[in-house]
Amino acid sequence: MKNRVFNLISQARQILGTTAICIGLMACENNDPLSLSAKSVIYCSEGSPESFNPQTVTSGTTIDATSNQLYDRLITFSPVDNSIAPALAKSWHVTRDGKMITFYLRKDVAFHKTDYFFPTRTLNADDVIFSFNRILDPGHEYYSVSGAQYPFFQSVNFSSLVEQIEKINDYTVRFKLRHPDSSFLSNLATDFSVILSAEYGQELTAKGNQQNIDIYPIGTGPYKLKEYRPGSLIRYYPHENYWRNEVALEQLLFDITPSNTGRLTKLLAGECDVIAYPIAHEKISERKDLLLEAETAFNVGYLGFNTQKAPLNNKLVRKAIAHAINKPAIIEAVYAGEAEIAKSIIPPTSWAYDESIIDQTFSIPMAKSLLTQAGYEDGFTMDIWAMPVQRSYNRNALTMAKLIQADLKKIGITVNIVSYEWATFLRRVAQGEHQTVLLGWSADHPDPDNFFTPLLSCASTVTGSNRAFWCNEEFDDIIQKALLTNNINRRKKYYAEALAIVEEELPLLPIAHSKRFQARTTQVKGELLSSFGGIDFSRVSKN
Amino acid sequence: MLIFTIRRLNLLLFTLLLLTLLSFSLSYLFPGDPLVNMTGQAQATPEHLATLSSQYNFEQNIFKQYWAYLSHIANGDLGLSMASHLPISSEIMTLLPATIELSLVALAIAMMIGVPIGFIAAIKHKKAADNIILAFAMLGYSIPVFWLGLLAILVFSIQLGWLPSAGQISLLFEIEPVTGIQFIDILLSDSEYKWQAFKDASSHIILPACVVALAPATIFIRLARTAMMEVLETSYIRAANAKGLTFGQIIYRHAIRNALIKVIRHVGLQFANLVTIAMVTEVIFSWPGIGRWLIESIYQRDYTAIQGGLLALSSFIFFVHIVTDFVYAALNPLAREPHHGS
Repeated sequence: MKNRVFNLISQARQILGTTAICIGLMACENNDPLSLSAKSVIYCSEGSPESFNPQTVTSGTTIDATSNQLYDRLITFSPVDNSIAPALAKSWHVTRDGKMITFYLRKDVAFHKTDYFFPTRTLNADDVIFSFNRILDPGHEYYSVSGAQYPFFQSVNFSSLVEQIEKINDYTVRFKLRHPDSSFLSNLATDFSVILSAEYGQELTAKGNQQNIDIYPIGTGPYKLKEYRPGSLIRYYPHENYWRNEVALEQLLFDITPSNTGRLTKLLAGECDVIAYPIAHEKISERKDLLLEAETAFNVGYLGFNTQKAPLNNKLVRKAIAHAINKPAIIEAVYAGEAEIAKSIIPPTSWAYDESIIDQTFSIPMAKSLLTQAGYEDGFTMDIWAMPVQRSYNRNALTMAKLIQADLKKIGITVNIVSYEWATFLRRVAQGEHQTVLLGWSADHPDPDNFFTPLLSCASTVTGSNRAFWCNEEFDDIIQKALLTNNINRRKKYYAEALAIVEEELPLLPIAHSKRFQARTTQVKGELLSSFGGIDFSRVSKN
Repeated sequence: MLIFTIRRLNLLLFTLLLLTLLSFSLSYLFPGDPLVNMTGQAQATPEHLATLSSQYNFEQNIFKQYWAYLSHIANGDLGLSMASHLPISSEIMTLLPATIELSLVALAIAMMIGVPIGFIAAIKHKKAADNIILAFAMLGYSIPVFWLGLLAILVFSIQLGWLPSAGQISLLFEIEPVTGIQFIDILLSDSEYKWQAFKDASSHIILPACVVALAPATIFIRLARTAMMEVLETSYIRAANAKGLTFGQIIYRHAIRNALIKVIRHVGLQFANLVTIAMVTEVIFSWPGIGRWLIESIYQRDYTAIQGGLLALSSFIFFVHIVTDFVYAALNPLAREPHHGS
């Protein structure tokens, strides 16, 4: 017995000693250049993707996890000036009438080789036709596989625009349009218009596993899916035959961390290399080994007036409210100064931005005199609906609503703040139950039409994205004309006219254009964010 | 020893029966349909529910229902989780090992630190060292674990950057789960990064294990101190002293061994306390164990998971009780054969 106890004690000493050595080694070998973490990037993302096919979604979280990692598009936006640049299509040609667009494909594009699919050929015209017919043709075998929902394409009326997609030869595809549409190329360059593998589709059909196409994705992108655990992680391996460049990482990992503070802690503790939507910007900027980046996003946060309801159907009342709101104070309080005051719905980085537009001056006397002109010298009571969630275009709608409440009190308008749970909120706003609403819009592509048509056209009063329920035929006419031409100077003129009408009628009051933020350790090199769409790890390396 | 074993196994059996009775009654006590609560089939069609109802004897009296429930448990069927739609038993099998691992490491730390310090306090009884140790033990016992956990993250992960703050291992390492105990799985795996993974897992367990270990360690200090003081008062120590053994010899050869036996008797009791602390710690350190899962199930009103999780966790704690009883009996003849007693 005595010996046993002594043995135990000496064993315990050995174990303690070994542990101490282990801990010592850990400290040294973390710098070993051959270690796995030195060749991999961990991105702490904010949520789980709904699907692995961006065609079927609009959520930014899903786009981040799929579009630029797993797939490629025919064409893309140049990161320099947001012009359209070649991707899977090395060149394209648009006929003079704008109704036929021919794409010439690259011949060296390989699909992912994974545990579940072994491609036998490279990308060709069949894949392009397969990918787009899935969206366009309700008779297509994959059309209804994931619920037949293609929200982005439905919102731009893609199926009524495209008449037919034709295969000219193995590497040439022609889109025939019913009418010219100058935003068509931009729509094809968005994160939604990805190219799937037709061969994989046929294989799944043969096996009867069609639903797998959006769960076990096959694309041409820089990474391929290795493992997905909902709510926990997404593991990607590099695509060894990626056509654009050699992928520098050995592993890309999305660590799904929904809590803001959780992501911040992991960044500060060095467990994440990059985090999405960081909080505590000052804390991150303080640290020398961390980098806080901001990318101007194409978005606008606005106060929308329901122009169907009195007294907001009177444009003098709308203008009075616009003059009474102190925008610089809002930018300071809600965006911590990290946003620009919006003068129009178009952000200044867009080519359609009109320099001549000046912001409504903040002036209580002007606001009061406008109210008197409108016959409301004693003021009135109205509701502001404030959205319950955080978005990059509006970080805190409730605070914003409170600031506006205080501003409007000075001109005799009493404001009630209304808020519902997000899904209910969107449904009731789409039904027009609100008087005014704090919302916003993030553009999917740089074409200015992406602001005008969804926010203010007559058609979108029906689909529900025009929350001002404002329908002006003259305005509609102008934005239609602007789509029919490819001449950028003529389009600029049309959009300037359209903006002037919006300025005069003021169906909504633009408040801010904000930025999208992210933070990373300085070890991670390479561009991650562009003005549009999701995060992109294809050119990232680590040292 | 045989009678001792039979008595303990009897106790184990009856306690488990009582636990299943409690967990069975929970399906009726939770809001909603008892059958849905028990099976977790929240989206089942009426036909499917009818089949389930006959499987669980729901048309018959409550005793038959309980019997059906017992036979389902005996077959390892605890129903489906209402949140994830996965079988509860498989979720528990993947999560429980992580909790066991954390608890065992914490227990080892608590004993390795607590017991020797307690002995020192007893040897230095009524001196400054004793008072200081007791004061620290009191302080350590009073610190709430969630506060300590956050503080540890703040200091060791964020300020100093020495240790990671979340998870069991860096997600980069792909370790095939075989036993569920991370360290064993790493040693079994054939990954080329095996040793990196082992070091990474070790650095991940240090903070949560130390946080869990603090409160039990202070209890072990007090237990070891009392035990050692009792032993030092006994006649055989006085006899050894009279024989002229040095103080060191007395402590090493006679006192430690007899005092340790008294401490081991309490390990089982402390283990329940330790697992409770581990559950809170798992939430703070995002440890993928059963405690975090159970707390999330409570948030999500996943009644089937709460029921199955509680049953599994309490059975496990009780099992550890019995095991420590056996260890104690093996080390101490007085416990297993009462007629040896004075």
